[in-house]
Formats: sequence, C-alpha cells, structure tokens
Amino acid sequence: MNDVKDEMRPGAALQPAAFKSDYKPIWCPGCGDFSVLSAFTKAFATVGKKPEEVAVVSGIGCSSRIPAYLTSYGFHGVHGRALAAATGLKVARPDLTVVVAGGDGDGYSIGGNHFLHACRRNVDMTYVVMDNHVYGMTKGQPSPTTEPDWQSKLSPSGTGLRVFHPLVVALAAGANFVARAFSGDPNGVAAILAEAIRHPGFSFVEVLSPCVTFRPEQRNWKQAVHPAPVEPTNDPAQAARRILTDDGFNVGILYRGDRMVYAPPVGKGKKKPADLERGFEV
Amino acid sequence: MTTKSSSKRTSVCVALCGSGGAGVMTAGNLLLEAAAQAGWYGLMVRSSGPQIRGGEAAALMRIATHPIDCLDDRFDALVAVDWQNIHRFADEVPLDGASLVVGDPDQGEAPEVYTKTGARAVKLPLKQMAKAIPGSWPNMVVLGFAAGLLGIPADKVKAVVAQSLKKGAEQLPASLAAIEAGRTAAAGEGDALALAAPAPVTSRRWLITGNQAAGFGAIRGGVRFVAAYPITPATELLEYMAPALPQVGGVLVQAEDELASINMIIGASYGGVPALTATAGPGLSLMTEALGLAVAAEVPIVVVDVMRGGPSTGIPAKSEQSDVSIALWGLHGDAPRLVLAPNSIPDCLTTTQWAVHLAEALQAPAIVLSDQFFGQARTVTDRPEDTGVVAERLVAPAGAEGYKRYAVTESGVSPMAIPGTPGLAYTADGLEHSERGIPSSGSAEHRTQLAKRERKLAAHDYGAQWADIEGDGEIAVVTFGSCTGAAREAIARARAEGVNARLVSMRLLAPARPKLLAAALEGVDRVLVVEQNHGGQFLRYLRAEFELPGAVRSYRHPGPLPIRPEEVHWQITEWSRA
Repeated sequence: MNDVKDEMRPGAALQPAAFKSDYKPIWCPGCGDFSVLSAFTKAFATVGKKPEEVAVVSGIGCSSRIPAYLTSYGFHGVHGRALAAATGLKVARPDLTVVVAGGDGDGYSIGGNHFLHACRRNVDMTYVVMDNHVYGMTKGQPSPTTEPDWQSKLSPSGTGLRVFHPLVVALAAGANFVARAFSGDPNGVAAILAEAIRHPGFSFVEVLSPCVTFRPEQRNWKQAVHPAPVEPTNDPAQAARRILTDDGFNVGILYRGDRMVYAPPVGKGKKKPADLERGFEV
Repeated sequence: MTTKSSSKRTSVCVALCGSGGAGVMTAGNLLLEAAAQAGWYGLMVRSSGPQIRGGEAAALMRIATHPIDCLDDRFDALVAVDWQNIHRFADEVPLDGASLVVGDPDQGEAPEVYTKTGARAVKLPLKQMAKAIPGSWPNMVVLGFAAGLLGIPADKVKAVVAQSLKKGAEQLPASLAAIEAGRTAAAGEGDALALAAPAPVTSRRWLITGNQAAGFGAIRGGVRFVAAYPITPATELLEYMAPALPQVGGVLVQAEDELASINMIIGASYGGVPALTATAGPGLSLMTEALGLAVAAEVPIVVVDVMRGGPSTGIPAKSEQSDVSIALWGLHGDAPRLVLAPNSIPDCLTTTQWAVHLAEALQAPAIVLSDQFFGQARTVTDRPEDTGVVAERLVAPAGAEGYKRYAVTESGVSPMAIPGTPGLAYTADGLEHSERGIPSSGSAEHRTQLAKRERKLAAHDYGAQWADIEGDGEIAVVTFGSCTGAAREAIARARAEGVNARLVSMRLLAPARPKLLAAALEGVDRVLVVEQNHGGQFLRYLRAEFELPGAVRSYRHPGPLPIRPEEVHWQITEWSRA
C-alpha cells in the first residue's frame, strides 16, 4: 500500500498501474501485444513520467490500438502516418515524451517513407514496432517482413519477395538508437523501452510480437530468441554488420548513436506579428 | 474599356517579355516599386514557360490611380527584351490597333501574332543602346522605356534601382544611364500612355504577393507551426513562413511528402499549437485522407490550396479555380469542413487569418482556396488592417471531473484537453468514438458524433464577412476568388452605362449558408455565376446547396487565361437587354 502513498507525493515516480486504462483490448488471447502494453506502463514508470507528460501516437492496425489502453495522452491517426503526426507533435511540444507505436504493415509498408525520414530527421522520440510479419486486423495478409513462401488467400503462392530488414534500414537512414526486443519477455521490453526513451534522438525498437491467430508458428519464437551476446556499439558499421549477420532473434540494444538531434527552437522568437510588417511597406 | 485620351489614363497595362535570364521580372518589380513610390497602385502578374530556368517570361503589369484586383482586357504595350518564344504569350497579352509592340529590330521582327492585331511596332535598339553604356543591361533600358511611357518620375525609378543595387553599387551608374536612355527613347512616343497623377497618398501602402499575404495572415491569426512540402505555386508561401515563423516563436518543418505535412500539422495542433500547411491540387489530393482525420478527431488545421491548372500535374504555373469540388466534396464519409476563398491579394491575408480563427474555434479543418494568380502576383495595396481575429480554442481546464473529449454540447464544440494538462489524458481518434473518445461502432454514437460535428459548423455565426455584397440591381454576378476583381470591374462599367448589377463574392463556401445567399439575392431575377474552370464546379455546388432565384447562367472558362472584365461586362449587358 506504499504505492498509493508514493503516487500522492508530488514528484515521486508512479507505478506502472497509473498508466493503465480501464479499456479492454480487442486483441486475441495470446497476442504478443498484451505484454508490450504492460512493458509500456513499466517503462513510463521507470523513466519517471506522469501520464500527462507522455503522448503515445499510432496509426492503424492491431498494435496501433495501444494508445486507448494506456492512461496517457494518445493519438490514433490514419494508417501509416503515425510518425508524421508524432514529428509535428514533438517539434511543436518538445516538453512532451513522445512514443510512437504500430505494426509492421503500418510502419514498413504504407508508412515506409515516413520511417526513412523519421530516422533521418532524428527527432527525439521513440518508435516501437510490434512486428508479427502479418496484417492481422485484415485477417492474414503478407507484410513487408513476411517470409517469401508464406501462403495466404492474398498470396496463394507466397509473395516471392525478400523480407524487409527494418533494423538495418533504420541504421542506414540515421536512427540514433536501434534495438530488438521480444514480447515474451515484458521486463526485457520495458528495460529496452526505458533506455530508448531516455536516449536522445530517434530511437527505434523492433519488438517481435507473435500473432498467434494468423501466424501460430510464431509461438516458437520463445525458443528462438536469445540475448545479444555483445555490448551496444556507437559505430554504425559495426552495428550494421551485427544486424545483417545475426539470426533475427538477437535481442538487445544493437546501436546507440550520438547523431545530431533535430530540435528546432520553438518559443524563442519574441517578435510580434506587427513587427514583421516592415518588409511589406512601400 | 479604359479611356485613351491624352494624360487622362487612370489605368495602363504593359507586358514586359523576354527569355529567361533577360531580367524582365526584375524590371517589372522595379517598375511596380517605382509606381508605388510615386503613389500609384499596381499589379504585376508573373507568367512563365514550363522551363525551370531559361524559359520565356512575362511580367504582366497594370498600373492605375486606384486599387486594382485584376488585369485589364488588353495591353497598351508589349515591350520585349528579345523575341525568344514570346509568341507563346499571345493569348495572355492581347493587343489591338491602339497598342504598341516594342522590341529590338536587331533581334528580328516582332512576331506576326502580335503585329497582326494592328498594334504599332516601335523599334527600340536595346542591344545597341545597352552596348553603348558599358556594364548596363537591356532590361534596364526596358525599365526606363516603360517608366517613360507611363510617366513614372525618373527620380522614383532611380531610387528603387539604387535600393535594389545596394550590394552592387558599382553597377548603379550604368543602370541609371540605361534607364535614362530608355526614357529618352520613350519620349518619342508622346504621352498617350501617361498615367493621370496619383491622388495624394494618405494610407500606408504595402507591396505584397498573395502567397506572402496568406502567410502573414496565418501568423496574425496565431499559426506557429507549419509543415511544408514544396509545390508550385504554393512554395513561396512556405518560403515566406520559413524565416518569418521563428521570429514570432514558431517553427517550420519540411516534410517528406504531403501525407507527412498534413499529418505533422495535425500532430502539432493536437499538441495545442495552431498549425498550417500550403499546397496545390496534387498535394490537396494526397491530403484528403488526413483532412478527414482532422474532421473526425476534431483537430483544427488550415490548408491553403494555391490552385493551379488540373487535373493531375495539369498546368503547374498557371491559375485555375478547379479545386472547388475536391475542397467541398473530396473526403470520404460525412465530413463537414470549412472552405474559404479570399477574393483579392490583400484578402489572402484577411481570409487566411479568419480561417485560422474559424478552424481553431470550431476544431475543424479549414481549406483556403487561393490560386496562382493571387499567390504569385504582386500588388500595391492599402495596408490590410489587422482584424484582430485570432486563434481561440476552447480548452478544457486542468482537473475537470470525468472529462469527455467529445462531449455532446449545444454548440457542438467540446473543450479540448491539451497534452500536458493533468487529469485529462484522452486519445484523439479517427475511429468513430464515444464522447470519451473510446472507439465505437455503435449506431447511436455514430449518429450523435456525426450530428455534433455537423452542428458545430452549421450553428456558427460567420458574420457579414461570409461574402462581399456590392450594389443592387436585378442581375447578380455570383462568384468567388480571383474572378471577383474582373466581376467588380465589369459591374462598374455596366453601371456607368446605366445597367445596374449586383456583386456577390462568396468568401465562405462551406458550410453552405443558403439563407444568407437568399437574402443577398433578394429582388434578383437573373443570376450570372462566374468561375474559372471548365466544368462549372462552383455552379454545381450552388445548384446543390442553395436556392438561386430566377434564371441562372454560367460564365466560365478554364485557365490559364484569366476571366477578364470585358467578358463579364458583355454577359451582363447582353443579358440586361433580354
């Protein structure tokens, strides 16, 4: 019961429960996203934020439903554009902690261009992709991270396409923090997420989050994942080599950079609009 | 028509033409500035070929004793620095037997397309004249010649040239000599095109483009965040904002595409900062999905659409009012939005400022329909007064019990929690939602929220500025945007001939205000709808949403040619005899 007292004391860190909402997720039983949701609440508590200081922005898809399941400011926009909305929010309101959440279809397919430019722009925010290699909300179509031979109604013979490699793309495009996590280890996700939020610039966290409904074989991910055997590096070339040569189940912080953060000053200029009129005078 | 009697000209139109790099835009701007310094009003419309650099260019100038919002029907003179591709402007620069076509005989004859109008060819050996003055350029001779024709005092021309050459003072003597040479040559043409003396200047005057005006109007209204993706002819608006915003504490971000720019402004506005983007038709097409998000999530934003020829890439650098339908109808779902249209260059300022206010007050997206004519034309105008209309958002106070972001209210506007406010955390949603903002696919909540979003726009009192209504008479010209200048001038000519006509220039297109238009058309039995597009998009909207009294005629044609005063005047007089 000390928790309650702590919450009432101004300035004290909140408990994860303070970030939960009463709304029941629409997700299927066994969905990896439940654990990611719980990791969000833990991470926010860990970094010592209050619900009103955090904004969670998302697009469309199963995982993009997450803002409503949290007690924080939330923005559930249109498919693929969460990073753009979050960029506007964070640049206009640098005081807020901005976290973007979504899935692989939302982030790598329809939102692919924004992903590149969000990495490149390096605004101080955190992007969490719950990657299950499938469009779940539309009931099972291949996404950019789906294996080429995976068959579905929309891809009866598989896509025959190379899988998209989000971590190396993020690194190449300029993300300042690159990590992989696994939803089966909520505390691990929370720890990485807290690091990602604390790290300046654009932090990208790819969370392997199984879709037990359309990709039941992903239950085996639990056996496949293993902690990254190395310390994070600030050398992009080294990080790229690691990411390109690992087995895709290497979990941990893979790159921690010191790239220049995009944070144009807001509120500094003190002129009045009338002061700008001189430029028009005859 | 303008009078041609000596020394009595209240308005003169001159086109300065040449190939890219010949400096006609520089000469035009300096001529406009000198005329402004001397107390005249004026307008300079830019026209250019599709080339990025090096294409033909024309500065279409009108200088007058009174404020003007459009070009005239014809040009009194075309002055060419060279003839390279200048025939391409023939439609945009109509000449007649009273016009002059001025050019360098050493560079060939004036194109037949101009001389066949009966215009009198005047030989001006520009290259020779410039060569005789080392360090000078033919465009300065043209400037001197044009200023001489119009009777713009030499000292005013010299002053603006000196001002513009601040950083190249060593070029000044040669430029001034070239200007003087041009002026001397013009003296041979007499004073047929000399302007009447301007009235004493009693107002503060500005020189401003529509794009600058819209940008500054947004700043006056409180916009402090802009997301930008370059597109002709809206780019200059964004380029005006980029250095201006930081001075007032704002910021501009260049986006990776228009999908990003509109979502960025929605994000910024959700964060409590009034936000705007500017684009043209292709960009507006990309933005329609997120405009719907702004409707559903009730996030105020302003999108300035500087219209150009469409569809698709269309005619990027030429004006056309053909985004009316997409602005009014182009969102999926039942999506009430604000659509406003400035009707002069200075009104680009006032209307954009108003759009910011309305978007913020009503928590809805506002589309401002400017166009290339307004955006890229530069005018001398009396300083537009600050209407004092600024962003005022209904914000939820901290600590409100049981906060409901989308609470159903009488006005339809619900207090908005700004992130950072304790105790009000909510999720803004493009999914249909309950009053609390929780996604809902229920019938009752859908109906309630649809009605609320419709009501907040429909119930608002937009005041008298919803339209400019001028004059009386049983014929009414109903128009909007950049056709207004021509319509106003046409009505004045008709009135001078004893035909009374009324002007209704609608500044608020959506939401439709049928009762206000009905009142404006009281006693009217003929309605002439004037617009610059092929399909009659504005007419179709009026037919769908308004009751028009009596007979209705449509006068329209697409860009790039403007609707000229005489075209509307002819329609009015012809119909008045029926």
